[in-house]
Amino acid sequence: MEIALSSQLQMQAALEPPRPRHRRNRKSIIPGFGLTMGFTLAWLSLIVLIPLSALFLRAAGLGWSEFLAVGFSPRAMAAYRISFGTALAAAVVNAGFGLLTAWVFVRYEFPDKRLLNAMIDLPFALPTAVAGIALTALYSPNGWVGQFLAPLGIKVAYTPIGITIALIFIGLPFIVRSVEPVLADLSLDVEEAALSLGARPRQVFLRVILPAITPALLTGFALALARGIGEYGSVIFIAGNMPFKSEIAPLLIVTELEQFEYPAATAIATVVLLASFAMLFLINAIQAWSRRKANP
Amino acid sequence: MSTQRLPRRQSATRTVLILGALAFIAFFLVLPLVAVFAEALGKGFAAYGAALVDPDAVSAIKLTLLVAAISVPLNLIFGICAAWAVAKFDFRGKSVLVTLIDLPFSISPVVAGLVYVLLFGAQGWFGPWLVEHGVRIIFAVPGIVLATILVTFPFVARELIPLMQEQGRVDEEAALALGASGFKTFLRVTLPNIRWGLLYGVLLCNARAMGEFGAVSVVSGHLRGLTNTMPLQVEILYNEYNFAAAFAVASLLALLALVTLVLKTSLEWKFGYSHGSAR
Repeated sequence: MEIALSSQLQMQAALEPPRPRHRRNRKSIIPGFGLTMGFTLAWLSLIVLIPLSALFLRAAGLGWSEFLAVGFSPRAMAAYRISFGTALAAAVVNAGFGLLTAWVFVRYEFPDKRLLNAMIDLPFALPTAVAGIALTALYSPNGWVGQFLAPLGIKVAYTPIGITIALIFIGLPFIVRSVEPVLADLSLDVEEAALSLGARPRQVFLRVILPAITPALLTGFALALARGIGEYGSVIFIAGNMPFKSEIAPLLIVTELEQFEYPAATAIATVVLLASFAMLFLINAIQAWSRRKANP
Repeated sequence: MSTQRLPRRQSATRTVLILGALAFIAFFLVLPLVAVFAEALGKGFAAYGAALVDPDAVSAIKLTLLVAAISVPLNLIFGICAAWAVAKFDFRGKSVLVTLIDLPFSISPVVAGLVYVLLFGAQGWFGPWLVEHGVRIIFAVPGIVLATILVTFPFVARELIPLMQEQGRVDEEAALALGASGFKTFLRVTLPNIRWGLLYGVLLCNARAMGEFGAVSVVSGHLRGLTNTMPLQVEILYNEYNFAAAFAVASLLALLALVTLVLKTSLEWKFGYSHGSAR
């Protein structure tokens, strides 16, 4: 398999403490710690930490009552509901089809498999605005796909269904790339043992395979969800952007900003950012849990 | 992977599963890509060519190249420094530092743009001072560069950190013990070891830098011919119902994505370079 491990797992594994025969704080003869660490911290502070704290300080400056009034206004609440709801729906669809795709790539052989596998990363490489206009062209009522759905009374473009379609596109690689390496590492022996003891294939999947890949599946799910909540470029073209109906939270931030409603933009952005941090925390918790599960 | 060891009646299931996955990939991944090129060429090659040599399109292409040419090298230097500090030394709070480096991946692009508006915009902390001194950051190129650096911040570092940690310190220590200088050791020992990972990170960083939309959109101000990058130009043309031109510019970005995928995949195939998911 060309993809060994999700890199977060890789990074965490590499961060494990050194083997005991090394002394913990041995003095390194390698030079450059001051220079590289200094530059790293300076760049991190300038680009990431100071700007993010600016957002939090601005939000804090609003005071509780104003923050709640503009950050949780009815329109903002509707936008959160749409953002979280569509991101959740897309992550659920992707969990199913992403698992299927990962399974097929790991377990079966078929023509052009490697080429198709490379295509899975397309949503990472394709600029979001390009994905957005392409999906809109496909699903608008006279588009390639939309023209077949319109007579059935199914409206995709300019509705929350369209938003979900865009988020399925964006989120697919997260699930596949999380599950694939874990599935590839599963040994077939356990499955064969279960089969030879009389388990049905369905039982083998539910009792043997699924528990083993659950942490990876959850990680991918959380990554896709986090990306979906913050996604902007691929969504705004297909969304229709009607307040209360198809307006996502990141778009509402932009709208407020364009009308110079800085307090509202700041408050909504803070809520979205805190949601991102919560997802990041969740992902780390899942990975800590799966490491404990792997080596108790 | 040996499937023939599994019972035979599973072969029907296998076919159904493969077809299901392929249909999903075709429908959700291949079809949108085909649509970009079909729409771009829908009005013929002449219209396609004309859309690409339009002065606004040309200036958008130039700005996109400029922004990537500034932001990618800066994040490359940062990535090397961060990986060197994290992989070659022991210190407290290492995992916190790695988490913080990864942080920009979890930030919504719109929020990434907004934080700079709050700092440097007319109503921002430094806004009045900047206006007084005639420096424009927001609605100008520096803002676009800053927002791009923020969203592409972790790409090189997150490829290099696990790679350099895996390789350990022995090679560098040997070179230093034999009398090589620190910089020479990096150039002759470390760099050849990490070159594929480095290229990989730069590739993904560049793709995102050229294709970033949300963060750049917030700080750009959409001034035609001045602060429009290619993705923003796509949006403007699309909103003017100039679909053929919008898709023509979009097709260049789709080509960039395809080239990125091809290079990335060949790095994986030829050099067995394994990587994590590029978020």
